[in-house]
Amino acid sequence: MEHSDQPYKYAQHHSEAEGKKTRRMIWNMFWVLLAITSIEVGLGLIWQDWGIPFHLVKMTFIVMTLVKAYFIVAYYMHLKHEKSFLKNSIIIPYVLLALYLIYMVIAEGTYTTFMEYLW
Amino acid sequence: MDLPILIFKIYNSIKNKRNMSHTEVVDSKEAWGGGTSPFAAGYGKLMMWFFLMSDALSFTGFLAAYGFFRHNYATIWPTAENVFTHFPFMHGHQPLIYVALMTFILIMSSVTMVLAVEAGQRMDKGAVIKWMFWTIIGGLIFVGSQAWEWYHFIHGTELGAFELGIGTVEINGVVEQTQGIIGRWTDESKQVLLLPWRETAGDLTSPYITLTGDALKEALANGQAVYGANMTHNEYGHPLFADFFFFITGFHGTHVFSGVVLNFIIFVNVLMGTYEKRGHYEMVEKVGLYWHFVDLVWVFVFTFFYLI
Repeated sequence: MEHSDQPYKYAQHHSEAEGKKTRRMIWNMFWVLLAITSIEVGLGLIWQDWGIPFHLVKMTFIVMTLVKAYFIVAYYMHLKHEKSFLKNSIIIPYVLLALYLIYMVIAEGTYTTFMEYLW
Repeated sequence: MDLPILIFKIYNSIKNKRNMSHTEVVDSKEAWGGGTSPFAAGYGKLMMWFFLMSDALSFTGFLAAYGFFRHNYATIWPTAENVFTHFPFMHGHQPLIYVALMTFILIMSSVTMVLAVEAGQRMDKGAVIKWMFWTIIGGLIFVGSQAWEWYHFIHGTELGAFELGIGTVEINGVVEQTQGIIGRWTDESKQVLLLPWRETAGDLTSPYITLTGDALKEALANGQAVYGANMTHNEYGHPLFADFFFFITGFHGTHVFSGVVLNFIIFVNVLMGTYEKRGHYEMVEKVGLYWHFVDLVWVFVFTFFYLI
């Protein structure tokens, strides 16, 4: 793939010191993700015994999942530290299309009541 | 947040006048003047990101469809914590514990993958080999676990369920057809059959309506016992539940498997020293992006399918 004599322009070469910082960030993120997942699973097991209303539980799950997704995409996939143009090219179309899809399903999804045997 | 402040931030980040996040500051003219990538990233990495965005939209579509039908049939579909209650080699009722373990393993493999990427950025071949090896192992364990879940789902429980035949039952004044309705037993004695309608419709804490005694005998004569899940009926209830389970976890499992295959190919390349010769480990980074995407999708599938 390399046809020129010049070194690859976009190669990410880090020093040992930068590497240490990066590794510490990686492990910190891991503990954060583990904590959030444990809270989710724990909540899923005990919400009935503790009498928490289910819609609160559901909202908590969704919010925690979005938080996990943010951490994975921003730090593990490095998107936060990429150039703004790349970041926005990925995030903005995805968010717009996903929101549009969800809106369509909620707004237009009333026809199934007219179809009785929808196995 | 104040609207004026928001507009100010957006304007500045577009014009790149002040660095509002931790990104590189490159003069716009230089970036778009030609001869360099305006994204400050190689072609392969960019295309991987675009592919991941399109794949993310596919999965969003699947999960939206799942959410829609789940909401529509909320009173009839089983809840995941009552279906996925088994741990390999153990008897009893361990709701969602195995799935939680699978999630932990996949997140762990994501961590080892990003450590491999980081090692590549320091041209540390030995560390790349070590971390990629553990990533592949984690991926294989996950695929194996998912296969076990499928096997167990298809095999069914010892108790099984009962599919009612043609007939009617009156629930709160409404006459419902019973053909194809799956009733579940409350315990091994098989004296009480739970029907998928609740005493108070729509109330998720209201008890299910039961069939006992003579009404039960009549229903038993008419229907058939059903164990496990297949293409035509399943013991968990509405066939659509099983359809979505196989479809979504199947698509995700395929992505995990293909990710393991790609990881293995890159692993062999690392062992052979291809990237040392090339001078950079960007291929490890690209395949790492794919692996993180796989983990991300699982986070969403886990939440929407098993937890909610």
